[in-house]
Amino acid sequence: MISVKGLYKSYNDNHVLNDVSVTFEQGKCNMIIGRSGSGKTVLLKSIVGLVKVDQGEIWYDDKNFTQMNEREQQSIRKKMGMLFQGAALFDSLTVEENVMFPLDMLTEQGRAEKLDRVNFCLERVKVTSSNKLFPSELSGGMKKRIAIARAIALNPQYLLCDEPNSGLDPETGIVIDNLIKELTQEFDMTTIINSHDMNSVLEIGDNVVFIYKGCKCWEGSGSEILKTDNEALNNFVFATNMARQIKRT
Amino acid sequence: MKILHHIGSYFLLIKRSLSRPEKASIIYRQTLKEIEKVGIDSFPIVVIVSLFVGAVITIQSNYNIENPILPKYLVGLTVRDSLLLEFSSTMVALILAGKVGSSIASELGMMRVTEQIDALEVMGINSAAYLILPKMIAAAFFFPILGLLSMIVGIIGGYLACILGNVIPPADYIYGIQYAFKPYYITYALTKVVFYAIIITSIASYLGYNVEGGAIEVGKASTKAVVQSSILILMINLVLTRLILQ
Repeated sequence: MISVKGLYKSYNDNHVLNDVSVTFEQGKCNMIIGRSGSGKTVLLKSIVGLVKVDQGEIWYDDKNFTQMNEREQQSIRKKMGMLFQGAALFDSLTVEENVMFPLDMLTEQGRAEKLDRVNFCLERVKVTSSNKLFPSELSGGMKKRIAIARAIALNPQYLLCDEPNSGLDPETGIVIDNLIKELTQEFDMTTIINSHDMNSVLEIGDNVVFIYKGCKCWEGSGSEILKTDNEALNNFVFATNMARQIKRT
Repeated sequence: MKILHHIGSYFLLIKRSLSRPEKASIIYRQTLKEIEKVGIDSFPIVVIVSLFVGAVITIQSNYNIENPILPKYLVGLTVRDSLLLEFSSTMVALILAGKVGSSIASELGMMRVTEQIDALEVMGINSAAYLILPKMIAAAFFFPILGLLSMIVGIIGGYLACILGNVIPPADYIYGIQYAFKPYYITYALTKVVFYAIIITSIASYLGYNVEGGAIEVGKASTKAVVQSSILILMINLVLTRLILQ
């Protein structure tokens, strides 16, 4: 479980996060949604410690992440897997080396053992026979799958995904979403997904947090989102004329 | 105030780079890769530039000291001292600032904008130690070798100018090269090169590591890396020359 309490972050006079408190439960796909620039990426990066918050607390289970020094934070990060918007695969490494990277750096396993784990992770994300390819030779969907394989290589307790299906066609996007959902349930991880894709929200959102102008504006399940009378959320979800017509009918 | 902020951030990054890495064996492996990138790949440029500069110094020295009173071997002596004292250390460092510095800044800058550095941090890896330390070690170890190579090739360039261009008799050139030779000059030059190696790699790494934005900012960081490290090399050259050659 990850919980944030009273989070504030501002850049000069721009208040990006304003008293955000939310709990992300284990074994569920927790989604953070909101317009571009609403503060959801800053919230996600604050949770992993890439952005230093001005005020507030971030708890990983019973450990206060904000009170830790750099070494202690690194030890928590070793239990995290993160999927970045652009996949963030290392250009100079092959697919196999990318997935093996966290094992190389953070474990004392032998090469055969590491290779077994790499092959397991790649099979799990349904990528086979691409071990020796470089990221530049892969499609966007493949890159995301490899990034997921790398994220789960160390059996993380926490999985964080920043816009996992951005730049992908809707069909591939749903495949990636479902893969994240399956892995979350299979490994009982605390998963947080940052997205503005309503397909994802409706498909896999167990718990959805809507961020509006840096504040938590609404929280509920993926199915409740269609019935809400929250105006800001309705404007976000039913942004197109077609969606508004569907809601009216 | 901004410059103080940058100086502070630079030293903090260097401190972080020098802190204990996750795995010494990985840093060793990375250092070998960096030796190839920053060192071995720079062989051709150093050889070509040194060869021609050695030849040109020979021709120019002969032109400037063409006097019946002055012995011909002075040309060899001038070439040797020019190469050892200044060219093979400072001038080669300026060339390497252009080649290696810009390459490091753009590599790290691209890693920053494509979130690869963030990915390392989220894995719990000290990205500064993993990315910057091997570059600094590789350069500090290999730039002196490039400096020595430049000295040797520069002297050969001068010798070739004597043979092919009939500048002075080769025997006089060789005598001048050996005349009143002080091995201390080599120590002085190589000491400077080690300092330059640290300057080039650390400045370029700092600028690349802290890129914010996209491709344009990466390009700017790359240019800044060359300009700033070149200026610092010239300043440090003055300080070290004053300190060492008393």
